[in-house]
Amino acid sequence: MNEANLATPAAAANAEKVEAKIEVKLDAKQNLEVADDQVTVGQCFTDAPKMTMRNVNVFYDDKQAIHNVSIDIAQNEVIAMIGPSGCGKSTFLRSLNRMNDTVESCRVEGEICMDGEDLYAPKLDVVELRARVGMVFQKPNPFPKSIYDNVAYGPKIHGLADTRVDLDEIVENSLRRASLWDEVKERLHQSGTGLSGGQQQRLCIARAIAVSPEVILMDEPCSALDPIATAKIEELIEELSENFTIAIVTHSMQQAARVSHRTAYFHLGRLIEVNPTEQVFTMPEHELTEAYITGRFG
Amino acid sequence: MSKPLDNLGKIRKSLNRRNRSEQLFRWYGRIAIMIGLAAVLVLFTDIVSKGNGAFRITYLQLEVNYDQELIGVDNLADPRQLAQGDWQVILKQALRNQFPDVSGRGDKRRLNALVSNGAGFDLKDRLVANPLLLGETETVWVLADDDIDTYYKSWLDGEPYAARLTDKQVEWITQLHDQGKIRLQFNSNLFTRGDSREPEQAGIRGAVMGSLLTLILTLILSFPIGVAAAIYLEEFAPKNGWTDFIEVNINNLAAVPSIIFGLLGLAIFINFFHVPRSVPIVGGLVLTLMTLPTIIITSRAAIKSVPPSIREAALGMGASKYQMVLHHVLPLALPGMLTGAIIGMAQALGESAPLLMIGMVAFIVDIPGGFSDPATVLPVQIFLWADSPERAFIEKTSAAIMVLLSFLIVMNTTAVWLRKRLERRW
Ligand SMILES: Nc1ncnc2c1ncn2[C@@H]1O[C@H](COP(=O)(O)OP(=O)(O)OP(=O)(O)O)[C@@H](O)[C@H]1O
Ligand SMILES: [Mg+2]
Repeated sequence: MNEANLATPAAAANAEKVEAKIEVKLDAKQNLEVADDQVTVGQCFTDAPKMTMRNVNVFYDDKQAIHNVSIDIAQNEVIAMIGPSGCGKSTFLRSLNRMNDTVESCRVEGEICMDGEDLYAPKLDVVELRARVGMVFQKPNPFPKSIYDNVAYGPKIHGLADTRVDLDEIVENSLRRASLWDEVKERLHQSGTGLSGGQQQRLCIARAIAVSPEVILMDEPCSALDPIATAKIEELIEELSENFTIAIVTHSMQQAARVSHRTAYFHLGRLIEVNPTEQVFTMPEHELTEAYITGRFG
Repeated sequence: MSKPLDNLGKIRKSLNRRNRSEQLFRWYGRIAIMIGLAAVLVLFTDIVSKGNGAFRITYLQLEVNYDQELIGVDNLADPRQLAQGDWQVILKQALRNQFPDVSGRGDKRRLNALVSNGAGFDLKDRLVANPLLLGETETVWVLADDDIDTYYKSWLDGEPYAARLTDKQVEWITQLHDQGKIRLQFNSNLFTRGDSREPEQAGIRGAVMGSLLTLILTLILSFPIGVAAAIYLEEFAPKNGWTDFIEVNINNLAAVPSIIFGLLGLAIFINFFHVPRSVPIVGGLVLTLMTLPTIIITSRAAIKSVPPSIREAALGMGASKYQMVLHHVLPLALPGMLTGAIIGMAQALGESAPLLMIGMVAFIVDIPGGFSDPATVLPVQIFLWADSPERAFIEKTSAAIMVLLSFLIVMNTTAVWLRKRLERRW
């Protein structure tokens, strides 16, 4: 701030205070810096994992976004990933269904397996993988096609429905499970982009579950939604967890607390702590986790 | 406390200034548009005022006797007789009957010059269509010569131009006018005939067909190639030095003067591959080379404008890249691509320079019926007519320009309509 611009002594004093605050913050950050040999604390591994990640490193060109992450995701589990902005949650999530392949500069190292099968094996077909690991994005992104076509798209390209009747059934079921059916059944053939934000996001969820994936990845699915739509989607996640394994990135700790079984805390590209959600929010093991959930930074 | 109020004052002050600059800017815009509109208006009024005369042409009424002896025909089914018959002679006879006082070789020749050289063939066509007329007499309107046409129109307009007529001819025309035996009719020849040395018989059908054939070929070749190239470059090609190099060169090609493409076509298609000259095939190939960069650039822009979230959604659903492009990117980019293609076609339609290089400037009377028939195109036809010495070609030139412009307007309107329509789908 330029001194000459401060008209009154009071303003100058204010400015000093602000600067002091910033210093404190910087200090706190420095203290919370993670060491290079940081190991994840808590319960990273499970007995019967659906997905296993071992020593995963992700790079954008030379910049490393994920450092040495190892974690299991159990069958029918909802795992929440939290952490400050830019810590690599999306990057990690997107490496689970190889959406990072679309980013030219991105490189993934380490081992990511589903049911014991290496997802980065050269012979693995990403098309099949993405049919098995579905994704819901932060911003609702329905296709500019009808609601029906949005949901029917996956089954169509993967050849899941033999007849028109089958397809109708899949569409109806998916919309019902996404608790959108009652709202749209009268206008299945109108544009999906004409729905409200929350409806669009539920449409995207319906679209994702229409191909019956084994795992669903959700990247901040409620960040663009109002509390009511959010509540609906959270309810939905709970129901879906009966049939699917879900990994969800969220900025809302309440949301993580409400929907997930386990919570993983990321910090500057490192996985700091993984523990049952209840424990993470009541008795975090690591001081960084505690600092984050108590709102000292983020 | 005083500070917020002070700010408000400052904001208000700057508000005045901002509003003033906005008003000023609006006026700049309006003036710019008015200048543009005025230019278009001047152009159109000039062309229309010069060209609208060409849509009507002078006919003379004569009593024609289809005299077998004179023509030298007794069997109308024999093409050789038809081809060899002297059809003009019955017109001469009719004129002499109309003006029995005319004598002397010079006067008779000038009298014969009242009707078009080709008018006899029109009579032949009438006779072939209705063979019962052979040996009979009928009253017909026959095409006048272009000098008569020019004079009669200018005379009707009150500024007679008689430089190419003798006093006698002027007198005959006046007589015919007084008897109601000369009049202007719709000039259907303009739209049904090919080029001719005689202005009154010259039409733009040949050039329109030539343009059409050339454009069809251009569209068939350049749209798929351009779109495929754009899709490959945008969606599949790795981003490296090579693709940058290609991109720079495509942009360079778009800026290359069109005549260079003509030279290229001459060297490659005609001299190397021995494609015949003056035919729509070679014209289409050359115009394809010329419009490809435009189509590639507009198609790439259209593809780029498809939001990345749609691509992610498709890939996230397990669509292959090809399916993503085919199902989602292409439908969304299509309006932009079509607009680009139509603009490219409009450019190609108006292009003459490269076609001059590959011989499409030849004088061609026959209407081309296929891609390998010698042809010319509208802009080249305009160039040819504008270059002709006959005064009657002046209005023909303007008429051809009007036709070309209306094609362009139709194409551009289609582009706008298509874009609106396709975009409105969702
Ligand atoms: N396409 C990319 N190219 C280069 N760097 C990237 C790219 N995407 C992400 N990054 C970098 O990787 C790091 C992790 O980003 P990521 O998007 O995974 O963070 P995040 O935890 O999801 O953040 P947020 O909560 O804000 O979404 C950041 O430092 C970011 O700048
Ligand atoms: Mg993110």
